Formats: sequence, C-alpha cells, structure tokens
Amino acid sequence: MLNAKIPEGPLKDKWTHYKEHSRLVNPANRRKLEVIVVGTGLAGASCAASLAEQGYRVKSFCFQDSARRAHSVAAQGGVNAAKNYKNDGDNVFRMFYDTIKGGDFRSREANVYRLAECSLNLIDQAVAQGVPFAREYGGYLNNRSFGGVQVSRTFYARGQTGQQLLLGAYQALMRQTAAGQVQTFTRHEMLDLVLIDGKAAGIITRDLVTGQIERHAANAVVLATGGYGKIYYLSTLAMGCNGSAIWRAHKKGAFMAGTSWIQIHPTSLPQSGSHQSKLTLMSESLRNDGRIWVPAKQGDARAAGEIPEDERDYYLERRYPAFGNLSPRDIASRAAKERIDAGHGVGAMKNAVYLDFSKAIKEQGEGKIREKYGNLFRMYQKITGIDAYHQPMMISPAAHFTMGGLWVDYELMTTIPGLFALGEANFADHGANRLGANSLLQACVDGYFIAPYTIPNFLAGEINTPRPAVDHPAFAEAEAAVRKQLDLFLNIKGKLSADHFHKTLGALLYDKCGLARNADGLREAIAGIGELRNSFYRDLNVTGDGLLNSELEKAGRVADYLELGELMCRDALSREESCGAHFREEHQTKDGEAVRNDEDFCFVSAWEWMGAGKEQVLHREPLEFENVKLTVRSYK
Amino acid sequence: MKIHLKIWRQENAGADGRLMDYELGEVDENMSFLEMLDSLNEQLIARSERVIEFDHDCREGICGQCGVMINGRAHGPLDHTTTCQLHMRTFRDGDTILIEPFRAAAFPVLRDLKIDRSAFDRIIQAGGFISANTGQAPEANSIPIGHEMAESAFDSAACIGCGACAASCKNASAVLFTSAKISHLAQLPQGKVERELRVRKMVAQMDAEAFGGCSDTRACEVECPQQISVANIARMNREYLTASWFSV
Repeated sequence: MLNAKIPEGPLKDKWTHYKEHSRLVNPANRRKLEVIVVGTGLAGASCAASLAEQGYRVKSFCFQDSARRAHSVAAQGGVNAAKNYKNDGDNVFRMFYDTIKGGDFRSREANVYRLAECSLNLIDQAVAQGVPFAREYGGYLNNRSFGGVQVSRTFYARGQTGQQLLLGAYQALMRQTAAGQVQTFTRHEMLDLVLIDGKAAGIITRDLVTGQIERHAANAVVLATGGYGKIYYLSTLAMGCNGSAIWRAHKKGAFMAGTSWIQIHPTSLPQSGSHQSKLTLMSESLRNDGRIWVPAKQGDARAAGEIPEDERDYYLERRYPAFGNLSPRDIASRAAKERIDAGHGVGAMKNAVYLDFSKAIKEQGEGKIREKYGNLFRMYQKITGIDAYHQPMMISPAAHFTMGGLWVDYELMTTIPGLFALGEANFADHGANRLGANSLLQACVDGYFIAPYTIPNFLAGEINTPRPAVDHPAFAEAEAAVRKQLDLFLNIKGKLSADHFHKTLGALLYDKCGLARNADGLREAIAGIGELRNSFYRDLNVTGDGLLNSELEKAGRVADYLELGELMCRDALSREESCGAHFREEHQTKDGEAVRNDEDFCFVSAWEWMGAGKEQVLHREPLEFENVKLTVRSYK
Repeated sequence: MKIHLKIWRQENAGADGRLMDYELGEVDENMSFLEMLDSLNEQLIARSERVIEFDHDCREGICGQCGVMINGRAHGPLDHTTTCQLHMRTFRDGDTILIEPFRAAAFPVLRDLKIDRSAFDRIIQAGGFISANTGQAPEANSIPIGHEMAESAFDSAACIGCGACAASCKNASAVLFTSAKISHLAQLPQGKVERELRVRKMVAQMDAEAFGGCSDTRACEVECPQQISVANIARMNREYLTASWFSV
C-alpha cells in the first residue's frame, strides 16, 4: 500500500509541523555523508547547492557541456508566487486552489499547498542571488497574468525568466564547486541506478567524451532529470531531454505515476515539414493580448487579412467567455485541435490557428506591443520570415511538459528508500494539468526549500550505515549490464538511425496518446510500439565507436522511450475518465467538454515494473480532498 | 536547394583535423542550419559512416550549447543569431558552406565540431555569483531597484555563454563574457558587497585560462546572439581599476 506520509494537522500547518519535527544531522556528520544529484536544471542545481551549503558532500551530474544549459533555461514566461504585490486579492490559499483546480483535482492537497506556501520564499531567494526580475518605475517588483487564473502573480525577467532563475541556481552551484563542497561532472550521463539491500546506493555513468563507464556511490541519490515530453520527438523540449534516468530507476523498482499526463502547449509554432526537429514555443504571455481565431468557413483559402470580422471564429472567446484567450493550456490546445480536425486549420499544412494582435495594436499602439513582446515577435520572424505586427501569427499545439513522473511521497522520496525525485521528474504537484509559470516554481521549491529538509531527515537514519562502496557486487552487476547494452547497440548494424525510430514512435504517440485518446487507438498503439521495439533491436544502426558518439547516446534514450511509451498508453487506457491533459474521447459531454469520474478514478495511478516482457502492475494512491470541493472545472 | 559542405573532422583533442567535402541535395529553405546537419548525418548513417559531432540542445537560441564557425563567422552570416536560429533560406542554391569549430586555445576540440568550454564555468566559479545561501534572503521588495537599473542589469545578465565572443576575437579573448557577468552583478545593490573581490578573481581566472587580451575591435559585440554590449568591458575595466587602487 502506498503511503504518501502526509503530516497530520490542518492543511496550512502541515509543512511547518514537518519542519519542526524532521530529524537533523549534526555538522560533523554531514561531512561524512554524500549525495548524488543527477541533473542541473532548477531543481537539481538548487538542491545540490543548498545541500552543499549545509555541509553535505555532493556530486552533481549533467549530460550538457555546462550545468547552465539544462532545459529550465528555456522557460520564457515567468514564475508564480502568491506575494499579492498587486493587491488584487491573491494569497496562499487562492494559489493553492487555482493549482488544484488547474490540475483537475488529481493532485495531493498537502503538496500543492506547500508549493504555494514556499512560492513566497523563492522570489526572495532569487532576488538575493541577483535575478533581474522586471521592476516598476518605483523600484518594486512587477507582475503579469497567466492562463487559468484571475490575479497577477507571475514574476518575470523579460522572456527569459527560466534562464535568469537558472543562472542564479547555477551560480550558487559554481560557488559550492569552487568551495570544494560539490564535484561537478558535465558531459556525463546516468545509465543505471545501483541498489544495495533495497536502498539507493549510487549510479553508473558514462563519460560522454571518453566513453568511460564509471561507478559513483552515495548515501542518497536525487534525480532531477526533467520531463520526457521529447518522447513525441516533435516537442518544445531540447534535443537531449530524455526519460532515461527515471526510466532506469523505474526498472529498478521506483513506481511511475500519472505517466500519460503530458501537457500539450497551445502556442507553439506549427510544423512546417518533415525535416523538422523541434517545435518552438511562443510564450503563453502572448495570449494576454493576442486573440485566437480560425476562418468560420471550412477550408477557407483566403489570406487572414481578407477574411472579414464576421467570418472569423474566435472559438475560445465563444466557448469559454469567462477566460476566453486565457483559458488553461489543456483546454486551449484541445479546442485548437477540434477546429483543426474539423477542417478550419490554416497555414501550408492546415495544422495551425491564428493568434492575432491587430486589436491590441489598434488599442494600445504598436510601440506598447513591441515593448511587451518585441523579442517574441523577432523570434517569430526569424523562424518563419513573417512580420506579426502586420499579419497574425500562426500557432499550433506541441508536446511540452510531463505532469507524470516518478511517484514520490510528501518527502519527494520514491518507492526506493534513499532515491528522491525533484522537479518535472516527479509527478507530484500539477495533477493532470499544469498551470503556466508553475513549473519553474515547482522545480525551485523542490530544490531550494523541500529537499534540503527531507533529504537530511532520511540521512539522519544513515549515519551509522557505512557509505556504500563501489566495489560492492551490485555495482559490478549494474556496470556489466550497462556495458552489455552499449555493445548491443553498436553491434546490431542494421540500416535505420535512432532518430528514425524516435520519429516513428513520436508520430504514433501523438496520434493515439496525445491530445485525445480512445481505447481502440491506445490498444493499436501498444501493439505498434511492440513491433517498433522489435524492429529497433533488429534494424538499428549506430555508426562510430564507443567514445564520443551522439548516436550511441540517442540509441539508449530511444530504447527507453520505446518502453516508456507503452506504459503511457497502458496508463491512459486504464483511466476511464477525462481529466486535465488526459482526454478520453469516450468520456465527454455532447459539446465536447471533459467528463471526470471522481467516483472511480479519484486516485493517482502508480505503476510497478515487473520485469522485461511483463505488464506493469497498477497501484492506487487515493486522493482525499478535505479543503476543496471537487467541482466540474469550468472556464465558461 | 543543393549545398556543398566543407566540414572540419577531427577524432579527438590530440589528433590532427582536416576539412572533408560533402554534397547535400534537397535542402529545404525552411530547415534550420542544424536540421541541415541532421539530414547530412542521416545520409552518413545510411552509408554506415561515423556522424558529424556538433553541440546543440534547445534549438531555440537560449541554452548556448550550439555554435560553429560558418564561412569564417561565429554562428554564421546573420548578426546576433545563434547557429540553431539560422535557417537555410539565408543561403542560395549551389552555395559552398565552410563549417569549423569555434577556435580558441581555451576551447580544445573534443571531436569534429564539439569543443570544451569548461573554462567559462571556471571563470564563474572564481566569483561570478552573489554569496547568498538558501534561507538567508530578505523579503524581495525590501531592496527596491529602479526600473532602468534592473533593465540594464538584465542586458548584461542575458549572456548565454556560447563562446561566440571568444571565437570571433582575433586574440580569443573572453572579456565580453567575463565583463557581462561582472556588470550584471556590480550594477545591482545585492552584488555590491563582493564587487571588488569578484572582479579581481574573475579577471585572474580569465587570464589563467589562456584567453587573450582585448584590443577593442568590437568583433565580439557583432556576433553576440544576445547583443551584449562592449560597454560591459568598460564597466569591468573600471571595476578592476577601482578594486586595484582602493583595496589592499
């Protein structure tokens, strides 16, 4: 039975109560305890730096060439905090409620409340580090609005909030590296988790430059390795983003939760051809001033400017008058897909909708719009060659964020003792849909403010356990398995590239387990993925050697995706309801709205790996709501 | 479009490299430059040859991991644009494109177009931070910072650490990178406490990494994807002189 270890007491006192009673490690003992942190995005870098500041010895790993490049860097819009600087009625409870509702009542109350509570500290911490958030002329911090809420609680640094927050965390990490508290390993990829007596004892890594396989032991292991949205191949994620660290931990016993809950972002640039490797995101903040529409007439081939006002369908304003163009992401994406599928799509591949600024430019002037979104308009022009001041942008949904991930309890510990998962790598706070500007927040809060309490609480019990040694047979066994797999990839010598399999898998998943799913489609996808996996191990061609070899890196990631994708489909198939990003076509109202089933599905699905070739077993963690009433999530 | 490519191939840091010729037909003008390299690599795999190694990750111009010399210019022919944001519509049918790694003594080549930029990390380690431990921060609005000052600090902070500045400089100097971080932190009230120590240590580390000096050609500013201004260099020099004159 899964135990989330939620502290007793009223919602608003739970985290305080936890901190007051968590165990401590004395400073002399901290020096003897070692923690491995995989990933250097906001969650990983902040956790590694904070633990090092406390005096623990930390090893930090990333596959990029510098810790500063982790994909947190790409978040544009902002980070939420319930500071109520705008005096518009914001507070911790309201932010908690917005996040729970935004997640379609599929997250834990206690976790979400803690997220909102710690949001206050994060802004303080980031400012102290020198993060240049936007300021008003009086010198105080500025805010803007984001989708799914009616207050202004988003802090931002132009269109580069993620980069600036990450530089703060990276600089803290570099400071601890210089101090000798952290050893940083760049261009290293974790290829397996090592368990001794059922506890996390270390990892096996590959040096991506020399090809060397290395063993690293520790008293606790933290995975802050981000999301797996890149499984669709075409996504807003970086090319290197992958699910391998969490997947390999899953195969060692960590449960996966909410696996099929993947957010498809509504405002990405549309795919323009088969060569495409990446879908570029346009910040959601554009929806503050842009109006989304499609031609009212099917297959209307006229240019946008030639379509008169009364022949345009502002479908978000029509369907969701209360929130209009600021409807939450899942709703906005699904509404776009509905129009595109109905034959109203625009652009060369008829796969886009318009995002139109003409009204905002008329009302506020081009200068004002340029000041707010200049960098985004420039980026749009660079990629598409189109000037969006004079004709509408074309946007399209794209895979973006994984709400799912490793199951963790209130302490962010997985089902493997001593293995923690932070940030997007865990499933915890966003339920079935994440609100805009909550991802930077969750990554930072996990790393700066939660793990530095909960990991010591675990380590306090490890003081008398000798640190695992790398010559333990468990390390030798894991290393041998890693070597065997790498040799296998190099020796298949088939005809097809790893990218070929990745693209095929991505297209299949987008079609059958993307914005909308149904039972037949999911069964077909499971069968299709099985065939693709067989072909992968028969026809893959990894050229080059076992040294620096990006094709060998890709092969391992794609092999994991080919298993993870199947679990996504099984997860989606098992959940007979529509909630958040999970829209089962069998469960909708007559006018296409999601129908949630609280009677039978008010739980977290956590999957246990049972071995290769066997189906995972489903465990249920019931979700109990004591402070909010489950309502139909309406933005009408 | 049809494109001729001359690409630098090198086995490892110790090996000699050489330019190799490749032909690529059916290049779509909407492809990004890196997608063009992807499609070349697909062809190499089909011929069971080792692929061309190049660094890249976000492909939206913000992570700073990509970067090659294209026809002698860092990140290619457009000003203020990363390699990943360059599209093939910038080139013409039949063009020959020369692709080499960023060149600087402090950036050794690892394989083909991949280089080691860890020298930049070590410059930041030397002092490119504000020493604020988690938990020490005061309430955020207790430090008012004027709009103009915050914007100016942001302009400096926007550096993505790609290394195009050093690669464009005839002396392979890293002053634009180093000065951007020094200026970012020195302009903010939070960063002022450590400013003297910071500038001395970061400049010393920069010199220790085999980067050259600045001879004020401003080539770096032209190539910088984030348009980091050479005004940062002036600010760094002032910080450095102040720190040297007024402290022991």
